[in-house]
Amino acid sequence: MEKYTKHESVAALMNRNNVDTDQIIPKQFLKKVERSGFGVHLFHDWRYNADGVTPNPDFELNKPAFKGAKVLVVGDNFGCGSSREHAPWAIADYGFNTIISTSYADIFYNNCFKNGILAIVVEPAQLDLLMDEINANEGVSFSVDLETQTVNTPAGNGFTFEIDPFRKENMLNGLDDIGLTLKHVDKISAFEEEHKKRLPWLWAS
Amino acid sequence: MKKTMYEKIWESHFVHQEPGQAPLLYVDRHLMHEVTSPQAFEGLRMANRPVRNPHSILATMDHCVPTKDRDLPIADPIAKKQIETMAENCEENGLNLYDMESPDNGVIHVVVPEHGFVHPGMVVVCGDSHTATHGAFGALAFGIGTSEVEHVMATQTLPQQKSKTMLVQVDGQLSKHCTAKDIALAIIGVTGTAGGTGYVIEYAGEAIEALTMEGRMTVCNMAIEAGARAGMVAPDQKTFDFLEGKEFAPKGEYWEQALTYWKSLVTDEGAEYDKIITLNASEISPQVTWGTSPEQVIGVNGAVPSPESFADKGKRLACESALKYMDLDASTKMTDINIDYVFIGSCTNGRIEDFRDAAEMAKGTTVADGVTAIAVPGSFHVKLQAEKEGIDKIFKEAGWEWREPGCSMCLAMNGDELKDGQRCASTSNRNFEGRQGKGGRTHLVSPAMAAAAAAAGHFVDISKLG
Repeated sequence: MEKYTKHESVAALMNRNNVDTDQIIPKQFLKKVERSGFGVHLFHDWRYNADGVTPNPDFELNKPAFKGAKVLVVGDNFGCGSSREHAPWAIADYGFNTIISTSYADIFYNNCFKNGILAIVVEPAQLDLLMDEINANEGVSFSVDLETQTVNTPAGNGFTFEIDPFRKENMLNGLDDIGLTLKHVDKISAFEEEHKKRLPWLWAS
Repeated sequence: MKKTMYEKIWESHFVHQEPGQAPLLYVDRHLMHEVTSPQAFEGLRMANRPVRNPHSILATMDHCVPTKDRDLPIADPIAKKQIETMAENCEENGLNLYDMESPDNGVIHVVVPEHGFVHPGMVVVCGDSHTATHGAFGALAFGIGTSEVEHVMATQTLPQQKSKTMLVQVDGQLSKHCTAKDIALAIIGVTGTAGGTGYVIEYAGEAIEALTMEGRMTVCNMAIEAGARAGMVAPDQKTFDFLEGKEFAPKGEYWEQALTYWKSLVTDEGAEYDKIITLNASEISPQVTWGTSPEQVIGVNGAVPSPESFADKGKRLACESALKYMDLDASTKMTDINIDYVFIGSCTNGRIEDFRDAAEMAKGTTVADGVTAIAVPGSFHVKLQAEKEGIDKIFKEAGWEWREPGCSMCLAMNGDELKDGQRCASTSNRNFEGRQGKGGRTHLVSPAMAAAAAAAGHFVDISKLG
């Protein structure tokens, strides 16, 4: 996983609540056996016209001002629905590395951090300020610093955010979760032996 | 200290916590299908890591499989590749796979209970959000992403923060023709799709205890639609009777040991939950969703709400956009909504009891003009059982298509899908935009409601039937 430190980037706005993973990456694109190449299908059904190829000019992310955005500002309960990790793969492949919302669905939130996407949680009033700032100045850039857990904006709507120290550490260092866990393989084996004694039938059939 | 069932299971699977890191939780059972696993196997191969515990895994093919002409090769080359990749990965790692030719094939969350692979007290994961289904057995079962699938294969553990606990207490008795699906939808109507975020739900109360295991699976299945990490029901005699004698259930002296252990898992009297929600089953009418989120749900005797009826700004906007997508006007009676398509099946409602319920309603009827109705059993076992009971004949005589098992039109990955603008009464779990086909409009209902709608061509208040 790539290290995440700090950056300044265009912030794109999608003022929609309950955006589900079926919208983020529709099911017809889930048949691939690779992890890459999903960015072109991100928000497919909203993003393209009926021909599935030409961009729908009414879709927020197709605005020229949002081109190259790495920060995505979205409404409540983002990423609900299916557990498909294809959703964060598509988001990351498209170029986003930061999402700002009031809330995320549980599995999606976990999936983001496994893929180098910083999912920031803000209060509703803070989100309104950020949305207003983008609306007033489309193409505005926000700066995000994971080390200091801060976001700054030109209009002064900066804030600090909370993040699980474990997730922060892993993102800053680009650490592989599995490698970290396997450091404790002895403890896993010891637990497993005890578990086997307690519930032997789990291994009997 | 008095503990909830969730806390007991969590603590009995706690392996280790490194300072500053998330606790590691041991995983007993890992369920798999073709869509969310290939990249995990690829990851293992690239890192040269073996599957730690192959016997903990049970795999099936369900999302992409055709539900008709199963003897022909899969037409979609990318779906075909995904199916082949699953077979290769299972072969290479010595995993138990119910492939498309297997008599045990079907939807993962339907076939796993059929074989008794999940027991009370287990920690169960699957790269699929509807894994919560298995909470019906008093297991802690939840959906994970593909990176986590890889993590569990390599380590048999997952870094997990402890969830908060929510008790959803459903007292009283269901009225005639109201089912587990109506309970599940009514609960989401109360909690909203984000109300359960950060929680594990325990469903309890007279109405939950009265449900069959199939019904409990339906309720737990949709815990994710309330935003919860998992849903669970305390194991009882019904649970034990369901499991006894199944292929992977404990045998001989282990059976008695297991029973003693399972009985100890029940939430202690007086244990505290972080949140409690109470419903009365007698007040739950047959439910129908009117919008594009499962929380946008109402009794069939009601009408489509207006955006103005929502005080919350977000919900008002969501209503506006849902009515536009669904092509519905506020105040339209639910029973005046005409449908083009009916789908009975999925991991929510693809079990034998669901087809019995629907067949009772479909018996002697004819599918309305212009309506297509398909019945898709959740597994070959469900299909065979239904055929043994003559249920397939009832459907066929009424003009339904009787299909082969698979996820089918729940998420429309296999070619079974709605056309732009078509409206469907569906027993699945999500009514998201485009879920059943681009431009398709989904109304979530119970199997009995779906069957009644197929015959009438519109929704019917089945609570008024004898």
